[in-house]
Amino acid sequence: MELLDHFALGFSVALTFQNLAYCVLGVALGTLIGVLPGVGPSVTISMLLPFTFGLAPVSALIMLSGIYYGAQYGGSTTAILVNLPGEASAAITCLDGYQMARQGRGGKALATAAISSFIAGCIGTLLIVLLGKPLSSWAFEFGAPDYFSLMVMGLVSASVLAHGDMLKALAMVVIGLFIGLVGTDVNSGFERFTFDLPELADGVGFTVLAVGIFAVSEVAINLEQNETRSVFKASIAGLLPSLADLRTILLPALRGTAIGAFFGLLPGTGPSISAFSAYMLEKKLARDPSRFGQGAIEGVAAPEAANNAAAQTQFIPTLTLGIPGNATMALILGALVMNGIQPGPTVMTRNPEMFWGVVASMFIGNALLVALNLPLVGIWVRLLSVPYRWLFPSIIMFCALGNYSVNSSAIDVYLCAGIGVLGYVLAKLECPPAPLVLGYVLGPMMEENLRRALLLAQGDFTVFFTSPISLGFLMASLLLLVSMVLPTIRRKKAQVESEEAGAT
Amino acid sequence: MKSDIAKNKDVLAGLLFMAMGSIAFYISLGYRFGTTVRMGPGYFPRVLSLLLVGFGITILIKGIRKRGKLVSQWGWVSVGLLTLAMVLFGFMIEALGLLPALATMFLVAAYAGNEFRLREVFVLTVVMSMFAVVVFIWGLNLPYPLFAWNF
Repeated sequence: MELLDHFALGFSVALTFQNLAYCVLGVALGTLIGVLPGVGPSVTISMLLPFTFGLAPVSALIMLSGIYYGAQYGGSTTAILVNLPGEASAAITCLDGYQMARQGRGGKALATAAISSFIAGCIGTLLIVLLGKPLSSWAFEFGAPDYFSLMVMGLVSASVLAHGDMLKALAMVVIGLFIGLVGTDVNSGFERFTFDLPELADGVGFTVLAVGIFAVSEVAINLEQNETRSVFKASIAGLLPSLADLRTILLPALRGTAIGAFFGLLPGTGPSISAFSAYMLEKKLARDPSRFGQGAIEGVAAPEAANNAAAQTQFIPTLTLGIPGNATMALILGALVMNGIQPGPTVMTRNPEMFWGVVASMFIGNALLVALNLPLVGIWVRLLSVPYRWLFPSIIMFCALGNYSVNSSAIDVYLCAGIGVLGYVLAKLECPPAPLVLGYVLGPMMEENLRRALLLAQGDFTVFFTSPISLGFLMASLLLLVSMVLPTIRRKKAQVESEEAGAT
Repeated sequence: MKSDIAKNKDVLAGLLFMAMGSIAFYISLGYRFGTTVRMGPGYFPRVLSLLLVGFGITILIKGIRKRGKLVSQWGWVSVGLLTLAMVLFGFMIEALGLLPALATMFLVAAYAGNEFRLREVFVLTVVMSMFAVVVFIWGLNLPYPLFAWNF
C-alpha cells in the first residue's frame, strides 16, 4: 500500500524528538493565543516567522500549523467560559456554550467542543491525505495560463467572500500585488519601486510585511477598544461526557465537519463562515429550534467541528496547489518559500518527508490538543486574567527583535513600523488586510505566469480562454463577481454578516 | 456637510487608493513598457496602477452617494508611540546594544496603552528582557551585544 508507506514516512519524521517538541510547542502556543482574545493566529505566526529561519523547514511548518489549528481549540474555551470569542471563529460558540456554562454544564460544553474539534480535526487531516495526491497530480497538467487564471480566481474569491466591501478588498489585492513587485525584476534585472535603497533590491521582506500588517496595526487597533472580561467562576466539573452525550454530539459534529471541510477548500472562506453555517444548519434541522441560544449542545458541537475541519482542509490548496485561501495560509506559504521550498504541486514529490511529516504531526497535534484542553483547562482560564497592557509591549518586542534578526538590518524594523502605520490607516477605513497579503504572496508568481503565457502564445490574449482549465477558473471568477452585483445575494451577505456581528 | 466627507470611510479610502495608484503610475512611467509578447518591467505595474485608480474612483463615488459611515476617532498618539518604540529599538540596538534598546522600547510602547503604571512597566521590562536574552541570545544564538557604544 502506497498510502501506508506515506504514513510510515510521515510518522517517522513527526515522531523524532525534535519535531515532537515543536508540535507540542505549536499546539500549546496555539491554545494559549486561542484563549486570549485580541491575539490571533495571524499575529502569532507572523511574529514567530523570523525566528523559524534557523529551523529545518519541516519543524518550522509543524510548529506554525500547530499554532493555527490549536487556536481553534483554545478559542472555544474563552467563548464558553467568558462569553467572548477567543478567536473570531468561536464567536458563534458563545451563543449556546456560555448558556451551558451558566446552567452549570460548562464542563460538558468544554468537553463537547474538544471532542467535536478532535473528530473534525482528524477527518480534516484524513482529507488532506486523500485529496492531496489527486489534486497535485491534476495540477501537474497546468500550463502558465492555467496558473494565472487559478490565481485570479483565488484573489477574486478571497475578495468577494471577505467581510465588508468587495471593492475595497479588490483594491487591497492590487496594493498587495504592488508591494510584491518591489525589488529586482527577475526577467530584466531592473529595480522597481526601490527608491534607490539597496535594502529594497530584494523586495519588501515577507516577515516585514506580515508583522507590520498583522501585528503592529492590530495592536494599535486593539488599544482603542477597552474591553472588560469577567471569567465565569462556576466549577467546571463533569468534563467526562457520558455515552448518551457522545451520541447526541456525534451527528451534529459530523455535519459540522462536512460543512467546514467544504468551506476550508474554497479560497476566501474559512473557519468563521463554516462555524456560522454549521450553526444555522443545526438550527434548521432541530425538532425544537427554540432550544438554540438556551444552551443546546448541538449549538456547540457543530460549529466547533466546522471551524476545526476548515482549519485543516485549508491546508489542501496551500500545500498542493501553492494557492493560499486566507491570510494565515498565506503566512504558512510564505514560511515555505522562506525556507527554500518552491510551493505548488511539486511539494509532495520533491519534499515528501516534509508533506507527510506535517500531515502526521496534525494527527499527533489534534490528540495532544484534547489532552491540553480538557484536563488542563484550569491553567488556560487563569491566563485570561493577564491584562492586555502586559501583552502588547511584549508583542511589539517580538515584532522589532524578530524583524531585526532576519537581516540584522535596522531598515527592516523601520519599514515594518511604517507598514504598521499604513495597516492601521487601512484598517480604520475598513479595508480588510488579508487580500493585501494574498496579493503580495501571489503577485510575483502571477506576473511570471502572465509573461510566460503570453510569450508562448505570442501575445495572444485568447490563450486564457482556449485552455479549458483556465477558462473554467476565469468563468468561476466572473460568476463570483457577478453574483455580488445581484441585489438579492448582496443583501443576503450583508444579513449574514450582521447576524455574525450580533453573535459576538 | 464638508466635515462629513472628511470623515467618510469610503471617500477617504477612495482618495487614498487614487493617490497610491497615481504615484505608482507616475513611477512606472520610468520603466520600459515592452510589448505584450515581451513584457518590459513597466507592463504589469502600469496596468495595476490604472486598476487601482479605477477602484479608488469607484469607491469614492460610492462613498459620496451613500454618505454617513464615519470613521471612529483616530488614535494617532498610540500608533505614533508604537512606531516610535520600534524605530528607537532599531536605532538603539545598533548604537547602544540590545538591553538599552529593549528598555527604551518597553517604556515608549507601554505609554501607548490606556493605563501606564511605572512599576508594572519596570517589572515587565526586566522580565521580558531576561526572556529575550535567555531565548534569543543564549538559546537561538543571535549575535547581538547586550551593551555597545557605536557612534
